[in-house]
Amino acid sequence: MTMRRLINLKRAEARKIYLTYAVVIIAYIVCQVMSSTKFLSSSMRGMLVPICAYMVMAVSLNLVVGILGELSLGHAGFMSVGAFSGVATAILLQGVIPFAPVRLAIAMIVAAIFAAFAGFVIGIPVLRLKGDYLAIVTLAFGEIIKSILNNFYMGIDSQGIQMSMLSDTTRLLPGGKLIIRGPMGISGIQKIATFPAGAILLIIALMIVFNLVNSRSGRAFMAIRDDRIAAESIGLDITKYKMMAFVMSAALAGAAGALFAMNYSTIVANKFDFNTSILILVFVVLGGQGNMLGGIIAAAVLTILPEKLRSFSEYRMLLYAIVLIVMMLATNNAEIKEFLSRLNPFRRKEED
Amino acid sequence: MTFLNFFISGISLGSIYAIIALGYTMVYGIAKMLNFAHGDVIMVGAYVCFYAVARYELNPFIGVVIAMIVCTLLGMIVERLAYKPLRQAPSLAVLITAIGMSYFLQNTALLLWSSNPKVFPSIVGRGSFKLFDGELSISHITALTIIACLVIMAVLTLFISKTKMGKAMRACSEDKGAAQLMGINVNATISMTFAIGSGLAAVAGALLCSAYPTLMPTTGSLPGIKAFTAAVFGGIGSIPGAFLGGLMLGVIEIFAKAYISSQLSDAVVFGVLIVVLLVKPAGLLGKMTQEKV
Repeated sequence: MTMRRLINLKRAEARKIYLTYAVVIIAYIVCQVMSSTKFLSSSMRGMLVPICAYMVMAVSLNLVVGILGELSLGHAGFMSVGAFSGVATAILLQGVIPFAPVRLAIAMIVAAIFAAFAGFVIGIPVLRLKGDYLAIVTLAFGEIIKSILNNFYMGIDSQGIQMSMLSDTTRLLPGGKLIIRGPMGISGIQKIATFPAGAILLIIALMIVFNLVNSRSGRAFMAIRDDRIAAESIGLDITKYKMMAFVMSAALAGAAGALFAMNYSTIVANKFDFNTSILILVFVVLGGQGNMLGGIIAAAVLTILPEKLRSFSEYRMLLYAIVLIVMMLATNNAEIKEFLSRLNPFRRKEED
Repeated sequence: MTFLNFFISGISLGSIYAIIALGYTMVYGIAKMLNFAHGDVIMVGAYVCFYAVARYELNPFIGVVIAMIVCTLLGMIVERLAYKPLRQAPSLAVLITAIGMSYFLQNTALLLWSSNPKVFPSIVGRGSFKLFDGELSISHITALTIIACLVIMAVLTLFISKTKMGKAMRACSEDKGAAQLMGINVNATISMTFAIGSGLAAVAGALLCSAYPTLMPTTGSLPGIKAFTAAVFGGIGSIPGAFLGGLMLGVIEIFAKAYISSQLSDAVVFGVLIVVLLVKPAGLLGKMTQEKV
């Protein structure tokens, strides 16, 4: 590869990054204008925050699936850790910080820290495995997080924070308040998540991920993805880099979870089940593994479409399943790839 | 006596897991892929059996046979359409395809048979044997499950070790390239493996829904994942391992339900999977293979 091509490659990479930012910012401005001029229906306005949260989830999972090349099937677990810790923080801070955006920001940061910690704890055993085993263990952890949160009780009274598992034995003093109620989750949440906050979170997530991917560590991730043994033989610490990507991804998922939860008045652990993990995986796969903009667009389209096609909603999950299978067949089977490229009138000639 | 009762229901649940785990372990051993859709084949088998028995009032055992035929065909079709084109693809792609297939089966079932749970009639009625003056009671379905599991294990072991097809399967799991050079039709062997695994899944579906009679489109997914856990526990690729892993996992789950907490039993089961993978990554009876460069 000549020097010139290398520079062009760099430029193409940079162009892609700027394009992603530009699309996000333009989409944000368009949505803001449309919603302030009442062009958007109220149901669409209500979906802006969840769409942002899903976009951040797609970016975060893309870091693990697309860049690191490992499949995580428990990403909704990190989202729920973030949602519960973030919402609980926001409720605890209600009296202390009256200004909602600051409270939201602190809640999201706390959520990210809790989720990153969960990612670290889970990462220690998980990242020693590889391939299918790693995927199935992330699935197991996702289920474990769900059952723990379903049996977790937390309340606050004058003596501080009380916690219990399985059944409510917190024995709060009079005047105390039970915040997390096991399978009932958290209710009475103030809806402080706003669309601008979601857009800012998305931009921050993109900045973090792009900077990480285009750094020494990011190149290490991709080296591990492309050939683990070769990467190890040139002295890359596989576990360290995998952990870095995994924890960062978990932290972003946690922040997205907090944003998501504070758009609803009630949140339960069962909302973040295996189906949610798969939904996010569909965003990533449909958008193209490793392609952040693709994942973001897929998240928006697949969240808005079912809303627009209500009569079609029964077939939604079926459609997702077909999308997953067809995408995998189309990108990994030589014959089908060849067939599809013949259908594409704009196909570029292979250069080499 | 309560301990013994729990133990027997654990063995019975474990037998179902073992039958399902056989399907996982055989497919993993030969095709080196995690067939995520296996759990949903169980559900399809249970629905076919349900309609045969409840709607067309056939003999339950004929119902099971019909379910086996349908599931065998289903397994072979799924393999042909979704997995065969990806023989050379990276394992991540195959796994995502399998997850897609699992969702496809679940949602097709949802459209065909609706999400309302159906009450599955037990294939052998609801009676039970009473032992020790009625202190120990073993329901017919529990006994049938355990016997079915033992028979399937024995037949399958004979099939794998004595027949030509079984030999071909062992050869393919050892080295596909060399097997092909020796004149073994690898594609046919893999297809056969899917057929056997899916046929067994139908039996497991009928037994599972006889013991736990709610039938829904999602019925198969959790037992499927747990059976995969059992297969990993016993050492994936090993048939005795699937048997042992299934039984142990069933006993662990029932004991966790009885003595720890019924809500946390799934968490305990998955915790076991994680511990096993960390302590003994190849499972109880699996053999550790060194990666060659």
